[in-house]
Amino acid sequence: MTGLESGVWAATGGGPLLLGVRHHGPGSARSVRAALAAARPRVVLIEGPPEADALIPLAADEDMRPPVALLAHAVDEPGRSAFWPLAEFSPEWVAIRWALEHDVPARFIDLPATHTLAWGRDEEESAEGESAEDESAESESAEPSAEPAPEAAVRVDPLGVLAEAAGYDDPERWWEDVVEHRGAGEGDAFEPFVVLEEAMGVLRETYGTGGHDRDLVREAYMRLQLRAAQREFGGEVAVVCGAWHVPALRQKTAVAADRALLKGLAKVKADLTWVPWTYRRLSRHSGYGAGIDSPGWYGHLFGAPDRPVARWLTKVAGLLRDEDRLVSSAHVIEAVRLAETLAAMRGRPLPGLSETTDAVRAVMCEGSDVPLALVHDRLVVGDVLGEVPRSAPAVPLQRDLDRLQRRLRLKPEALERELELDLRKETDAERSRLLHRLRLLGVGWGEPAASRGSTGTFRETWRLRWEPELSVRVAEAGVWGTTVAAAATAKVEADAVSAQGLAEVTALAERCLLAELPDALPVVMQVLADRAALDADVGHLAQALPALVRSLRYGDVRGTDTGALAEVAAGLAERIFVGLPPACAALDVEAAEEMRRHVDAVHGALGLLGDAPAPGHGDLRERWHAVLRVLSTRDTVPGVVRGRAVRLLLDDGELGQDEAALLMGLVLSPGTPPGDAAAWIEGFVGGGSGGGMLLVHDERLLGLVDAWLTGVPTEAFTDVLPLLRRTFSAYEPGVRRTLGELVRRGPGERGSTAGAGSGIPGFAPDLDSDRADAVLPVVRLLLGLDGDGQENADDNDLVGVAG
Amino acid sequence: MSVSVDAVPVESQEQDSTEALRPHAEDDFAGELAALAAQDDRPRPARWKMSPWAVATYLLGGTLPDGTVITPKYVGPRRLVEVAVTTLATDRALLLLGVPGTAKTWVSEHLAAAVSGDSTLLVQGTAGTPEEAIRYGWNYAQLLANGPSRAALVPSPVMRAMAEGMTARVEELTRIPADVQDTLITILSEKTLPIPELGQEVQAVRGFNLIATANDRDRGVNDLSSALRRRFNTVVLPLPESVQAEVDIVSRRVDQMGRSLELPAAPDGIAEIRRVVTVFRELRDGVTSDGRTKLKSPSGTLSTAEAISVVTNGLALAAHFGDGVLRAGDVAAGILGAVVRDPAADRVIWQEYLEAVVRERDGWKDFYRACREVSA
Repeated sequence: MTGLESGVWAATGGGPLLLGVRHHGPGSARSVRAALAAARPRVVLIEGPPEADALIPLAADEDMRPPVALLAHAVDEPGRSAFWPLAEFSPEWVAIRWALEHDVPARFIDLPATHTLAWGRDEEESAEGESAEDESAESESAEPSAEPAPEAAVRVDPLGVLAEAAGYDDPERWWEDVVEHRGAGEGDAFEPFVVLEEAMGVLRETYGTGGHDRDLVREAYMRLQLRAAQREFGGEVAVVCGAWHVPALRQKTAVAADRALLKGLAKVKADLTWVPWTYRRLSRHSGYGAGIDSPGWYGHLFGAPDRPVARWLTKVAGLLRDEDRLVSSAHVIEAVRLAETLAAMRGRPLPGLSETTDAVRAVMCEGSDVPLALVHDRLVVGDVLGEVPRSAPAVPLQRDLDRLQRRLRLKPEALERELELDLRKETDAERSRLLHRLRLLGVGWGEPAASRGSTGTFRETWRLRWEPELSVRVAEAGVWGTTVAAAATAKVEADAVSAQGLAEVTALAERCLLAELPDALPVVMQVLADRAALDADVGHLAQALPALVRSLRYGDVRGTDTGALAEVAAGLAERIFVGLPPACAALDVEAAEEMRRHVDAVHGALGLLGDAPAPGHGDLRERWHAVLRVLSTRDTVPGVVRGRAVRLLLDDGELGQDEAALLMGLVLSPGTPPGDAAAWIEGFVGGGSGGGMLLVHDERLLGLVDAWLTGVPTEAFTDVLPLLRRTFSAYEPGVRRTLGELVRRGPGERGSTAGAGSGIPGFAPDLDSDRADAVLPVVRLLLGLDGDGQENADDNDLVGVAG
Repeated sequence: MSVSVDAVPVESQEQDSTEALRPHAEDDFAGELAALAAQDDRPRPARWKMSPWAVATYLLGGTLPDGTVITPKYVGPRRLVEVAVTTLATDRALLLLGVPGTAKTWVSEHLAAAVSGDSTLLVQGTAGTPEEAIRYGWNYAQLLANGPSRAALVPSPVMRAMAEGMTARVEELTRIPADVQDTLITILSEKTLPIPELGQEVQAVRGFNLIATANDRDRGVNDLSSALRRRFNTVVLPLPESVQAEVDIVSRRVDQMGRSLELPAAPDGIAEIRRVVTVFRELRDGVTSDGRTKLKSPSGTLSTAEAISVVTNGLALAAHFGDGVLRAGDVAAGILGAVVRDPAADRVIWQEYLEAVVRERDGWKDFYRACREVSA
């Protein structure tokens, strides 16, 4: 070993051992581990922010489980942050762990975060992502700069470019095939790095910095750090950094020139900590992705001691079995055979992810992509969630919360207290938003309480109580973002995507508006529209619409832009229009009653929505009326819904009284079963819709009901009695009394008292609010008083009269 | 004891293949197959006419080192063809699934032609396919005269393929009754076919394999038992990837069919064809072509083949009852018939689609009106 060791350091000519890696590459990680074990350097230098040096020992903590990320954020501006995600199979992580296990100092040597965070500010970069991306490695997928594409690609993934040149689509595969499987045998752990360094040297000569001049500054800093370490430890220094940087670190430059590059860099006060990370966030589809598609597969490659393909396919079989798919060991055997033959056919030394996926599809999934999507989600990407020890410094989310609490003068107190907010005041509105956002994040500091006194939409009452475990919740919520607003937005988006039912998404949309998270709204609305499109139950749609319309109105109160919301609401309404008539056929009594409530709810919601809430959706009201017309005339629709449809049309002035009377006459004609007719009446005048007043004032309708009732045969009367009782007992006592008197007096006696107004007969076109107000105390008195005895008396009276 | 079944050759009408209405793949592309086999230096599985690589090239097309151009037989993902060929090389049976009109039979024929040089060992699956079609039958005159013997045995194409190490094909596997399907289990797992009447068996020799095709969205089929399904590697042949590709296929086929029906050519029908294809694709995929709105999918298959028939019907309507130009009204009824298979559920889906998507689309007003008319 000693011979080899001295050989290594002799080969480097006293220079450092430069291990160029592919970030998050399991192949690189394994090579780094082997190289470190063979060379035994006295210090390990790693590409990363030097402020995190103090955090390195935490990596050995028992409670530390990758994937984790180093998070740097500006102290006075938590939204400005950068992440360095590290998975178990990241070469940097392997290097840190090796150093800790062998009591060798490990240091980060990249440009300090205090400068890199400042860069972001200088350029007014839109998102936190930019600095993260600049730092967290070459593997970032989305480069916002306007460079020529090939250079950006080189910068993004130099190994990828080399692999592509060799005709590979997966850089990791190329690395495995070329570097590991065809490498110079067991003994030489350094061969791959030497080869790679040469290749990178050529790439750097061709592409320069790939358009990233900041790399020059970073590399200058790294070189200075490297020199310092060499002085301190006498040459036996190992450096783990992106392969891209290796030629630059090898370069001999004057110290003075490097220092000159570093002069006058902007600074912000930066703070660093470890935060837990997930495989899902490592994959490029989400937020601060590290740009790798298949963290689960990489983790498997890194973790599997041998036969990675057989082990992987066994894992897949296990997952499919858990999901109740029939997968036997014979399937696994055949899948392994197919994968290996496919690899041979494609000229690869070992099956990779694409071969195994093809094999799983053909053998285990019967050619279907549906179970395959599950495999991709659970295994290829993976559900692994990292953990960070308690002793890690506070997350920026907590700081942001502290700052907000100070600014809004809302102290976290253990004692429960109530807080009245007037949303018309700016501070109160902000407090409300903060509390709503925290609730979305699962930090239940405040609970909304029923308002006392005022019922205005601008008032909110909260019950506040800070409990110690809420701090833990805040720390947990740190995964979602660095500021309360950003975290709540991310959380809502994730919740919306994973929500089960339509109602859940609607509720989220409502809370989104309350918490004022306009950035989350597009995602929530998209999910809402999708769910609405796929939901076949008109009931669900009808339930969702009122909440949505409510949100729309509330959004108006708060001045939020609700264009998207209106669009979705209109779309939802249209789906209801189409689905409602077929959904009303063949319902039993309870279902019919529920459907009547849905019709009411939709009608109310449409009233609030207005005629044309969104462009391209035409006159919703008019089409709703058409739907109601269909409902009112179709025989398969239950009586209660038909009656209600007629009533709603009548109220809206869409149906003349003559027509209504005609329809009613049809339904109440002797041919109709009495039960059905009674249900129609219940729909038409029942259910607290003010139908009693209608009967009081429209004697023709009353006459029809009266004539029908007296014509009901004796044997059927007992059947319809409970229904009628339910309909009429819901009327106010005064109405019932009047009705009773009218009936006793007989038809035609009262004379026409109907006014000439265009509204309901007997009413002025407009409400006389002074007179209406004057009645209120009396009405309240009537409702507040116990009126049971009186009611019973009235009931008896009514029945007596009717009988 | 295994025996050669050459004793009873199946009569194949010797005739000039150029006379045939539709020549077999191995005759039609004999030149390409020969060129491929000649220049193929990669390892070949036992009794294969060429290596797996060459088979893949034959299907996907390419240019050989000596300049011979191989025409592509199948236009689609390379991955699928590779998996299919590899499956055959691992002596697993291959099941090609897909809705009608996705070239399942075409691919199976060409695979058999390239691998075994013979695509005629074919069992056509129908609801009436008997066990004899898969195992063996008897020549009853011989049987009565001489008793059970090899001479009285009539081998099935599958039996011949087993004895000779060839590729057998079973078309429309899911149409075959379940008990007859299960005859395949022994053949595929034990690779042997017992003849209990003679106390003999036919053992499959190396090179034997089986390609089955089945329709995965058709109704009223006999689903495969899981025991049988396990013996197959499944490759699903997808519908055309882009609207343009599908429009091309539809208009080409319609052109051919229109000619045989003597319909006048419809010069500006292409816009209407595009519309039909778009409607079919959107409903089939459950999402609008701009990817912004999700839709419910109806219960019908809405395959390319159905799109073709809708357009042909429309052309006939336009030619005989209209002004000869394919218009929205001519295809509306056909589309309605193709989409609404289940009168309750599908009708709602169709109306939702009309209201939510068609009504607002620019330039689709006539189509919307036509559809409303026939849907009402």
